[in-house]
Amino acid sequence: MAQVTLRKVVKKYDEVPAVRGVDLDIADKEFIVLVGPSGCGKSTTLRMIAGLEEITGGDIAIGGNVVNDVPPKDRDIAMVFQNYALYPHMNVYENMSFGLKLKKTPKQVIDDRVRQAAQILDITELLDRKPKQLSGGQRQRVAMGRAIVRDPKVFLFDEPLSNLDAKLRVQMRTEIKKVHQKVRTTTVYVTHDQVEAMTLADRVVVMNAGLIEQVGTPNDLYHSPATKFVAGFIGSPAMNFIPCQLDQAAGALRVRMGDKLSFPVPEGRTARYQPYVGKPNLVLGLRPEHIMETRPHIEPNQHDFDQLIDVVEPMGMETLVYFTVQGAEVCGRVNPNAGAVALQPMKLRADLSNMHLIDDSTGKVL
Amino acid sequence: MANIAIDAGASVRPKHYGSISRDRRWAMRWSYFFLVLFAIFFLMPPFYMLLTSLKTSQEISAATNPWWVFAPTLENYIALLSKNDFLIFFRNSALVSVCVVTVTMVISVLAAFALARMKFWGSATLATGVFLTYLIPDTLLFIPLFKMFAWVRDVTGIELINHWWTMIILYPTLSVPFATWIMIGYFASIPKELDEAALIDGASWFQTLTKIFIPVAMPGIIAAMIFSFTVSWAQFLYPLAFTTSASELLLPVGIVTTLIKGDVFNWGQIMTGALLGAAPPLIIYAFLMDYYVAGLTAGATKG
Repeated sequence: MAQVTLRKVVKKYDEVPAVRGVDLDIADKEFIVLVGPSGCGKSTTLRMIAGLEEITGGDIAIGGNVVNDVPPKDRDIAMVFQNYALYPHMNVYENMSFGLKLKKTPKQVIDDRVRQAAQILDITELLDRKPKQLSGGQRQRVAMGRAIVRDPKVFLFDEPLSNLDAKLRVQMRTEIKKVHQKVRTTTVYVTHDQVEAMTLADRVVVMNAGLIEQVGTPNDLYHSPATKFVAGFIGSPAMNFIPCQLDQAAGALRVRMGDKLSFPVPEGRTARYQPYVGKPNLVLGLRPEHIMETRPHIEPNQHDFDQLIDVVEPMGMETLVYFTVQGAEVCGRVNPNAGAVALQPMKLRADLSNMHLIDDSTGKVL
Repeated sequence: MANIAIDAGASVRPKHYGSISRDRRWAMRWSYFFLVLFAIFFLMPPFYMLLTSLKTSQEISAATNPWWVFAPTLENYIALLSKNDFLIFFRNSALVSVCVVTVTMVISVLAAFALARMKFWGSATLATGVFLTYLIPDTLLFIPLFKMFAWVRDVTGIELINHWWTMIILYPTLSVPFATWIMIGYFASIPKELDEAALIDGASWFQTLTKIFIPVAMPGIIAAMIFSFTVSWAQFLYPLAFTTSASELLLPVGIVTTLIKGDVFNWGQIMTGALLGAAPPLIIYAFLMDYYVAGLTAGATKG
């Protein structure tokens, strides 16, 4: 059993707070991804779990034991670094067995474990090579092998794929997921790439400015973001934010964006949004896939509107169209055959059943 | 006429402005010119040493062409190598150098590791301080050292003056600062994640040093070793000031003091001795040159 618990964890560098009170419960065997922009404190949090940074306040427990003052080697963790951090003078076998050797593990046990890990990662034929003879992807595998071999309570990954090219990154992402499915070790994974976070995680922890914004499954975060930050961070292209007002006319609520554009609020939400009628600083959040080309059949909560298109970006399976509403750039995903042309008007359709209303002064999704 | 022909040709063909290959060719010519010039300039003295060492005393003092050996002989080599004194100097110098290199490396590797990696209060200032001590010329130090030695004798009764092994204590004052500086630079170029990985793997600080840092920093260590060997092998001032008995002299001082009797210079043997004395560093350099250069430039570029 290796759950990891963080209680009010704080880290300050010379009074400058990097992590400002993080509470997090990571279950045994769970794959948790910490994601956020650079400087949000995600790496610092991971390094505090590893014991590479002292914590300024709060408690960190691994497997139920508080490890605040336990040195890294006694925390029973393994870490994979962004730049691999392989020992350049040792071959792959020696790199993987170094930790076990230091623990004075019997030779036969070391050999078994190294070969087993090498098999999982498909690097058996590389065991005699030096790190400099390996490609980036192979080095990353060896770094993971070094972690697996030690059979730790917790795996810690610090942006392990950032040094790889795009294609290899996708491949290694799947690889990491496969490995986790095989070894089922509690994993904490740090990345700034929200796609990596979504694809890998059982639960994603979105961090911003040293605090946790939201914790949830990838689908939770995508469909029910708690804050504007999460709504904008998760998903690519990002969610559209359009300044709006909430009007009440003849008992029905309408979101109005400027003079020309206004849509009725879906019925199920009128009660929830009622208190915000006439309030300033409201923002409509709508994902690009909920703005599409017009179609013959119309579903409830879908509304057509005419719009002048600024830019068209064909992506192959879809085409992104960009236009401006109330000074905000808005992106929609349309069918490649819908005939979107830059600087030409187009009939688009907004699907408000997945809309979000955001109070811009607090950043909260209402 | 020739000029006109060239001009005519140039006006017909399109002009190559700043042709890389032509620029390069000229750059190469100039570099070769100066390299040869410097090589001749710096190889002249050793070459003269070699010539003179192969001459008899009569030929050296004769008014013949000094750049040619008319009757080559090995008598200077035989005389010097059968002389007990010279062999003692050689042994003293070798022992001192080996000990100094050992002492220097132990101190500087440990110091550099602490200064480069264990961030403690004042470590940066201390690192600069180490380098500043290197800038103090040894000529300033030997008078205070005399005072210190006298004090040591008064307090402990141990006589440090006129012993070859005293140099083992003295030379590190010259070699440790620079060797430490080289090692700090080299250790600093090792990525931080490497010691963090070792730390997580369960290595202690000492194991991180011996199992990770020293093997990875081998080129830097070899550079520092060559440097401290050169310092101790070629040092002249301290042995001249602190040793007097023939059995306690080191090679550079020994050659000068025993082969110059009053105003009689035994040039043939002096040159032979200097040449033999220059041989060990030369051989070591030749074998470890690549490491030396790699070590000195390691701090400059990462990777």
